[in-house]
Amino acid sequence: MAGHDRAKWAKVAYPPIDYQDAHYYAAPRKKPGPKSLDEVDPELLRTYEKLGIPLHEQALLAGVEVPEGERMPVAVDAVFDSVSVATTFRKTLEEAGVIFCPISEAVKEHPDLVRKYLGTVVPAGDNFFSALNSAVFTDGSFVYVPKGVRCPMELSTYFRINAKNTGQFERTLIVVEEGASVSYLEGCTAPMRDENQLHAAVVELVAMDDASIKYSTVQNWYPGDENGRGGIYNFVTKRGACRGARSKISWTQVETGSAITWKYPSCILQGEGSVGEFYSVAVTNNHQQADTGTKMIHLGRNTRSTIIAKTISAGRSDSTYRGLVRVQPKASGARNFTQCDSLLIGDQCGAHTVPYIESRNMNARIEHEATTSKISEDQLFYCRQRGLSEEDAVGLIVNGFCRDVLKELPMEFAVEAQKLLQISLEGSVG
Amino acid sequence: MNALSKDMSGPLALFANRLNTLAGPERQAAAGALARTGLPDRKSEAWHYTALRALGKQDYAAPPAQVDDGAVRALLDEVLRAHPAMAGLPRVVFVNGRHAPAFSALPDDVDLAFFAQAPRFGLQAAPDRDPLVALNTALAEDGLYLRVPAGVDGGHVMLVSLGVAGAEPVSFHPRHTVVVEKEAHLRLICVQAGQGAYFHNPVTDIVVEDGARLEHVTVQTEAAQAISLGTLYAHVGHQSVYDSFVLGLGGQLARHEVHARLGATRGVVHVNGAQRLAGQQVGDITSVITHAASDCTSRQTVRNVLDGHARGVFQGKVLVERVAQKTDGYQMNQALLLSADAEIDAKPELEIYADDVRCSHGATVGALDDEQLFYLRSRGIPEHEARQILIDAFLDETIALVTDATAQTFCRAVLAARFAGKGDVA
Repeated sequence: MAGHDRAKWAKVAYPPIDYQDAHYYAAPRKKPGPKSLDEVDPELLRTYEKLGIPLHEQALLAGVEVPEGERMPVAVDAVFDSVSVATTFRKTLEEAGVIFCPISEAVKEHPDLVRKYLGTVVPAGDNFFSALNSAVFTDGSFVYVPKGVRCPMELSTYFRINAKNTGQFERTLIVVEEGASVSYLEGCTAPMRDENQLHAAVVELVAMDDASIKYSTVQNWYPGDENGRGGIYNFVTKRGACRGARSKISWTQVETGSAITWKYPSCILQGEGSVGEFYSVAVTNNHQQADTGTKMIHLGRNTRSTIIAKTISAGRSDSTYRGLVRVQPKASGARNFTQCDSLLIGDQCGAHTVPYIESRNMNARIEHEATTSKISEDQLFYCRQRGLSEEDAVGLIVNGFCRDVLKELPMEFAVEAQKLLQISLEGSVG
Repeated sequence: MNALSKDMSGPLALFANRLNTLAGPERQAAAGALARTGLPDRKSEAWHYTALRALGKQDYAAPPAQVDDGAVRALLDEVLRAHPAMAGLPRVVFVNGRHAPAFSALPDDVDLAFFAQAPRFGLQAAPDRDPLVALNTALAEDGLYLRVPAGVDGGHVMLVSLGVAGAEPVSFHPRHTVVVEKEAHLRLICVQAGQGAYFHNPVTDIVVEDGARLEHVTVQTEAAQAISLGTLYAHVGHQSVYDSFVLGLGGQLARHEVHARLGATRGVVHVNGAQRLAGQQVGDITSVITHAASDCTSRQTVRNVLDGHARGVFQGKVLVERVAQKTDGYQMNQALLLSADAEIDAKPELEIYADDVRCSHGATVGALDDEQLFYLRSRGIPEHEARQILIDAFLDETIALVTDATAQTFCRAVLAARFAGKGDVA
């Protein structure tokens, strides 16, 4: 198996992975189930807290009801080491007709739906890591929004790897029927581990006529220490199919973690007039490597896509935007706009932009622009002069640089993401 | 050397007979490298968009010793006729990769030598990294060595490469070297043309020394069945300028690959180009501009006009090394698709390791603008003429970047002669 996993085109370097040595399934040490949730490792809850995750879900996890009139409830499907521990707000969702449950449960309770859609967007043989995931995945989330239903709350999952030497291979499947919509948040945290851990998830989205899916990710896996030891390998396949006319899939991601990120959330724009969006902030520091971007495959007429990618490199890290825009012959009137901006902090890092633009239709319009620069001395001086420390000033400027993307995130997530950016860039200046 | 033959599979087998009878350490090393790597396929990132399937199934022989002088004369006349100034310029003519003294008019102010007499492989080409360069290294027979002495203005030199082939495919692999010494200046116009089925695989090694200036225009009008895969290396010194432009019009498969390296401070590189393709043509402009010193500038504007089933490829990489602070890099790639079956594949790429830089790139793809067409038509201009005006204007903006006036006029003349009245397509 060694060697087959290497994507030769990606700008990432890592020692060969011994797949025979990996643990493919680990159940949490403490018995899963809502009743024992308060026994969850306090260290884990502290991690959430420190990150400022808006976890009134923490209370929910402990079984406390949110008083009437409080913030918009968020349904959480927490995945700890491959087994979904608890799913909240199941009942409210059930009333609306929305299915939101661990995929392990969906396989038992909604086998027809799972069978119909699983593997139709990301086939098992799509790439090395999707094959690995398809072979060994044990859990993940399943969302089904029936025709005409606007999902009454934002759905959220936290993935977390906390056992040593385990890979995590979740599988997410989201199906949104005609005229329905859903906003899905995925947050990732991982505590400190020395050995590299492999995360090879597959996410599949299906949007029918007039359906809309908003998929937001804040990824903060352990990036390794400042010498590049340890950290997560994040090799993820995420893809959405806009099957119906006027359907829309929007990916928003804030990538601050992982030793290596290798991820290209994509949209297959099949339905006439369907829309794909990709908003991304990728931050790398120390020895992190990120090769991330998107693919917009225009198949249908009048399909549109927008790509806004902001890349920030600091320390000794390398960050690459790699994105494909492909317009097939039948996609008349297709439209793409891409903007990639890179910011370099320090002279030991690298920022790279590799767009692939392929057009086979004369009536398509594609525009791409990319810039690379550093934080301007003027801006820094202006902030410092007003009494901000250099670190705060950089944080402020970086947040401004990423604003186009952060504003796409749901509110609570945006706050968390801003904090994450600042934490990730700690020690990169001064 | 027969041991090599069993390793030669795929397109490389087409050259096996010749590769198995090589002498000299460079050539044998290159053949060895080739046997290890083979010719590139689409799995190789640098050849993702351009397949060498067009090389076909027939063996490529070395060109015959004798060629029809009449055919050569006709081809050369066509080149020189494009613009009255051309006949008066000094020229070095190669026919099937070999120097043809009878057709040349050698320049005075520069030093000339030929690869056939004294092989020079140069220092920049890397046969172990680039299989086509390895193929050239193994099979090169002749080529131009041109040196402009320090401080001298070498004026214009034309390097004309003609391919004359019959039904049997031949391949030739000329190896050219151009050195512009300190504070010297040269205007080099390379013209590629021919007839029949041939494979032209030139490698050009260019050194622009400190304070020197080279204006280099390549006009590629290879024969319709020809395959032309050229690789060019340019080293640019302190405060020197390498200003290049390629006009890609001919061949069934043509690739113009430029590796320009800014090796000392305050150098300037321009790698501009234009392609206009139709039918089943595939045209590829690939470049790697490496900033290996601080305060250098690079500029690249490439435009493609694609008609019929033509496919245009642009791959442009700007690599800014750690030391290359204060780099100013700009890259623009634009394509105009004139027919429903035309295709453009573009990959502009920034790879940046220095933080105090200003680098940007842009790319656009689209059809002729309906509003612009309407504007012209509303003023009484027939549709085909209006289209022609817009296409010409689109390409002319790149030709306007050619600083050498003679070469600029020549490019315009070649384009006009080839595409007069061809606006009424699709």
